[in-house]
Amino acid sequence: MSWRFVGLKVLGALATLLFVIIFNFFLFRVVENDPVGTLVRGRNLTEEQQQRLAEDFGVDQPLPEQFRRYIVETAQLNLGISFETREPVWDVIKGKIWPTVFLVGTAAVLSAVIGTIIGIFAAWRRGSATDFVGTGSTMLLYSMPDFWLGLLLLVLLADTFALFPTSGITDPGSDATGLSSLLDQAHHMFLPGLTLMLAYLGEYAIIMRSSLLETMGEDYLVLARAKGLRDTLVRRRHAVPNALLPLVTLIAINFGFVLSGAIAVEAIYSWPGLGLATANAIRAPDLPMLQGLFLVFSAAVILANLFADLLYAYLDPRVRDRA
Amino acid sequence: MTGTAHLSPRRVAWIRRRRGAARMWAQYRTSTPGMIGLGILVFFVAMALAAPLLSDSEGLVASNTVQNPAWASPGEFGPMGTDHLGRSVAAQFVWGARVSLFVGLVATFLTMIIGSVVGITAGFFGGKVESVLMRLTEWFLVIPFLPLAVVLAAILGPSVRNIILVIAVTSWPSTARIIRAQVLSVKERLYVDRSRALGAGNWHLTSRHILPNVAPLILANTTLTVPVVILTETTLAFLGLGDPDRSSWGRTLEEAFSNGAVLGQSAWWYYLPAGLGIVAVVLAFTLCGQALEEIVNPRLRDKTS
Repeated sequence: MSWRFVGLKVLGALATLLFVIIFNFFLFRVVENDPVGTLVRGRNLTEEQQQRLAEDFGVDQPLPEQFRRYIVETAQLNLGISFETREPVWDVIKGKIWPTVFLVGTAAVLSAVIGTIIGIFAAWRRGSATDFVGTGSTMLLYSMPDFWLGLLLLVLLADTFALFPTSGITDPGSDATGLSSLLDQAHHMFLPGLTLMLAYLGEYAIIMRSSLLETMGEDYLVLARAKGLRDTLVRRRHAVPNALLPLVTLIAINFGFVLSGAIAVEAIYSWPGLGLATANAIRAPDLPMLQGLFLVFSAAVILANLFADLLYAYLDPRVRDRA
Repeated sequence: MTGTAHLSPRRVAWIRRRRGAARMWAQYRTSTPGMIGLGILVFFVAMALAAPLLSDSEGLVASNTVQNPAWASPGEFGPMGTDHLGRSVAAQFVWGARVSLFVGLVATFLTMIIGSVVGITAGFFGGKVESVLMRLTEWFLVIPFLPLAVVLAAILGPSVRNIILVIAVTSWPSTARIIRAQVLSVKERLYVDRSRALGAGNWHLTSRHILPNVAPLILANTTLTVPVVILTETTLAFLGLGDPDRSSWGRTLEEAFSNGAVLGQSAWWYYLPAGLGIVAVVLAFTLCGQALEEIVNPRLRDKTS
């Protein structure tokens, strides 16, 4: 992989990031002709208060000046002030990144591994009972709204059987530290994590299954069989590594969605991450907060895409040489 | 076929298209999952269309239901019990199907129009037009879809029209990419060259040759887009961005959850039907879409069976 290839990809990602930043500006200022009106929607404020608010949020300036300020401030990670809490948006977001990464990241890793394995077995025993049950249940999971699945698990495991807590990340009033604090967090994470894992599982299983089925028709697999290699060996050494390629992109891209993927699920479990912050910002409505969250979500996806492109080129010589 | 010589070219094309559609249907009928999906869809569409006959929409307004018991279970009141305001859950289910399906179908239709226009324009004209359009498509693909939809819906305010717009504006890019790839292969075919040599203009070429040839792909893609759109609408509604005057299944779930049907009341009859309805419709569209995809893309046929 040449440096030129890497450089081009990085430049492309930066251009996309710039596009998102500019898009974000117009999204919140031009779509709605009356930014003050949006800020104060559903609130009782006097003329004077509205005027001060407009100054606070810089919307009293002409558009080019607003744009200049916005770019400079964004570059300094100054994403404005939350309408609700009056704290800097970036400070609020910063504190919520870890809970989301911890929850959604764990679920994403587990679902990628388990989904891939289900896909491999479904494809390898195509048409068998394993295939039918595996593909059928993943299709069903894939058709469910993730938060509804979460509600069912909440009712069943947290309410009826009371095995797990219904909300939050730690026991209220808990001052545990170290290992016991981590165990407490893991206990709280189990249900939202399980929900997300089951919700993501289907996509991996379905794509792995069709990718492996496609690979199984290739000549070199017939050859490997003809050489007399055992079935498991053909699968493990010849079929699966090649079939995994399209999945690499999917996994990398889905990791970009780790930050933004759990809005509704975090909301039902009151998991104090970026998703719950988004759900709360919608209800307020807290536009500066939404704008900041949107920017962070987009940046994460761009970064993951860049990583996917580079990884793909590294793994697949055909892509690397073409560039 | 002996009469073909006397028919106008338009008529010939019409007959061919009708035969093509008949062939597609004959192939479709052999797919069991496809027929199951179609059956489920026919049931729900019929239910949604017949909503005014099945239940009175007055029953959805809380002020008309004060005499009904709140949180009544199915045994105590009506076929499916009541919610926190004494409204019939059955009526909400039937009318919610109407909104969910309406949003799902109309938003998908708009998505397809944007995606097809962008895809066909980019693929057919190539050059600068293509690179600008595809750059734009890539950018939209990168922006996280659900947060964008959430932000747009929050800015525009909750209404059925805005939800439809938001979903269409955010979900066209993948369609545009698929259509463009197909157009690139179709436009190299001989009959397109022949038509161009005979003096056909761009409009004639795209509308008479390119579009009919990508139409089956558009149909398959449409069917696979509806589930995504319905799930998006459900999530937006659950986050409180649904139309307060026209409740979809997603909004029913939101009201059930925020009024304590799940943990406080254990009112399973309130939150189960809407969720099951969504699962059934989404699954049905996926089954139909996969069956259509197999017809459009024969390479898939021996693979997925």
